[in-house]
Amino acid sequence: MVFDKMELREVEVWDGNFAAAQALRQAQVDVVSAYPITPSTPIVEGYAKFKADNYVEGEFVMVESEHAAMSGCIGAAAAGGRVATATSSQGLALMSETLYQASGMRLPIVLNMVNRALAAPLNVNGDHSDMYMVRDSGWIQFDAFNPQEVYDLNLIAFRVSEDHSVRTPAIVNQDGFMTSHTAQGVRPLTDDEAYGFVGAYKPMNDMLDFEHPVTHGVQTEEDWHFEHKARQHNDMMTYVVPKIEETFEAFEKLTGRKYNRVEKYDMEDADVAVVCMGTSVETAREVAKEMREKGIKAGVVGIRVLRPFPFAEISETLKGVKAVAALDRSAPGGAAGMLFNEIAGSLINADTKVILSGYIYGLGGRDLTKAHLVDLFNELQANADAGKILTKQQQFIGVRGPKLAYL
Amino acid sequence: MSEMKKIKNLKEFSTSADRFEGANLLCPGCAHSIIVREVLNATNDDLILGASTGCLEVCTAVYPYTSWDASWIHIGFENSSTAVAGAEAMYKALKTKGRLKQPDRNPKFVAFGGDGASYDIGFQWISGCMERNHNMMYVVLDNEVYANTGGQRSSSTPIGSSATTSPAGSVSYGEKQNKKDMMGIMAAHHIPYAAQVAPNKWKDMVKKIQTGMNTEGATFINAVSPCTTEWKFDPKDTMKLADLSTDSLVFPLYEIINGRELNITYRPKNVVPVEEYLAAQGRFKHLFKDEYKYLIKEWQERVDANWAYLNRREEARV
Repeated sequence: MVFDKMELREVEVWDGNFAAAQALRQAQVDVVSAYPITPSTPIVEGYAKFKADNYVEGEFVMVESEHAAMSGCIGAAAAGGRVATATSSQGLALMSETLYQASGMRLPIVLNMVNRALAAPLNVNGDHSDMYMVRDSGWIQFDAFNPQEVYDLNLIAFRVSEDHSVRTPAIVNQDGFMTSHTAQGVRPLTDDEAYGFVGAYKPMNDMLDFEHPVTHGVQTEEDWHFEHKARQHNDMMTYVVPKIEETFEAFEKLTGRKYNRVEKYDMEDADVAVVCMGTSVETAREVAKEMREKGIKAGVVGIRVLRPFPFAEISETLKGVKAVAALDRSAPGGAAGMLFNEIAGSLINADTKVILSGYIYGLGGRDLTKAHLVDLFNELQANADAGKILTKQQQFIGVRGPKLAYL
Repeated sequence: MSEMKKIKNLKEFSTSADRFEGANLLCPGCAHSIIVREVLNATNDDLILGASTGCLEVCTAVYPYTSWDASWIHIGFENSSTAVAGAEAMYKALKTKGRLKQPDRNPKFVAFGGDGASYDIGFQWISGCMERNHNMMYVVLDNEVYANTGGQRSSSTPIGSSATTSPAGSVSYGEKQNKKDMMGIMAAHHIPYAAQVAPNKWKDMVKKIQTGMNTEGATFINAVSPCTTEWKFDPKDTMKLADLSTDSLVFPLYEIINGRELNITYRPKNVVPVEEYLAAQGRFKHLFKDEYKYLIKEWQERVDANWAYLNRREEARV
């Protein structure tokens, strides 16, 4: 039975989940092995319906847990074909053992992670705790700020992940509910254009090549383990970065939509700036524009690629800025926020006097309001004027009770 | 369906195309390697294999070496079943899409796991694979203990066995729980085929493996694997222990078709007392003290009751 193609309008009204499901369909994924969890569930529901309506030719395996979902993805990827799944939060936590195995085995897999808080207390809403939890798992991590970007970055993720110089799995993050369930205008490619961009899957070390048996998932101890892990990191730093750049360029040529590992907004002459991820980037841009009207030279830095982390680009982008805030949407658990740490690491040996402060916000889906950001930019301007940090290095915003500040 | 491999005698069987190399790190006298060879040698078809973390895995794929001449995958302790199920799903997808490199082949998908990986930590994953009825075989190498990590109890460890986390001592006879009835549980998934096998009864084993491999859908095999290290017997006695296990009916050999039809496939001419099986192993040594001899009697009663149950099931065909 030949599968059907889908006629799409120039602009579709899709939420982030449906945009992801459509991208998986267009990429002609061979095996989706998945388990539903809020708020990512509509991705696999959408895909299941595509399969039921003959828009998908590949296999769709609905397993009994997220751990099994990724286990199935690993087996399928090792067998030699295009593989994808989706999850959130607790599901990601259950799956996390296998994320390290997927990357260590150098298997290209695309995981749509619809970001949601980690329990306890149980919470279904968006924050970046899950994204942060697997930040060192050896996966490439893209971050989408809206449904259009979810769609685009999925297509990009397949092409990067499956490249033979990369062979590293990739996560496409989107904010739970704020992106995943908020319908917006999305400009899709035609089915042929999208598949043409992703390209046919090119197997390597595929178990299903019976003339060339392969052993996947070996044991190494102190004799070889370190070399394997070092190689993984080296390839992230050496091969993955240029492949992402090259793929972003190819995507711009095809669509006119330009992606950057660091997304800058009004950063050319900015005195103060916030660095953040997800839907907060768009809110911050709007507020920064308003701050400019009030005479504060505000800018916004969005992290498009969290792994490999864009150290040099961050350092370059923030070089002339006087005061910067790192916005972390994950409970820091007795430390500075992850973005604060990465940015501090990017700046520490750079030729800059930038003042860095960190803000914890939005946990469990708490809104980050424009008023919060106005206060924040004003605080940064005060730091810039004083030439030193006037607050504690770490503050919580938008939380009830007395003001929380540490470090 | 592929042509069934003809096997005339043990000599031919043991020297047939071997896709599991003798070059491995398993203990001398380990039954795992014997069982794996018997499974692999049952077919000439291509194989996609998986193994859970455990003795078999750590002893056969230590970088940069491999003992496997067929494609093989290991992910973790709990998921060899799902790894192979994923590969099977990919096979189906590529077959549908016409992208198989050798489309005329008829591969068999087989996952191995120890009893710890199967009865305990990987239980849910296996259940999922059976329920979804992937076209694959799952084989438990059942040595009734976490052997790879030094002999901790699993839910397959039988009553009275001394394991490192259920040791016999001045006030304990060792393991307190009865062995989990994995065959019964797997058959309750109403999979097309489930069977218990033993390495000493190789003709019975080959027949069952071939039946399983030529059955469309998920099949489950529980293989008794006498463990020289943890059962504590001389490495030269592996087959003797296997004989004792089947002939005492501690490990009865039978199959269950579609979760309903039970067939006993081996009826020992001379049934050996359970006591002889227990006496041959250091792990049960303490049971022969006066205060624990009642446990040996209970063992015999349990084995007799199970044998009677299997016979009733066979007769009733339900």
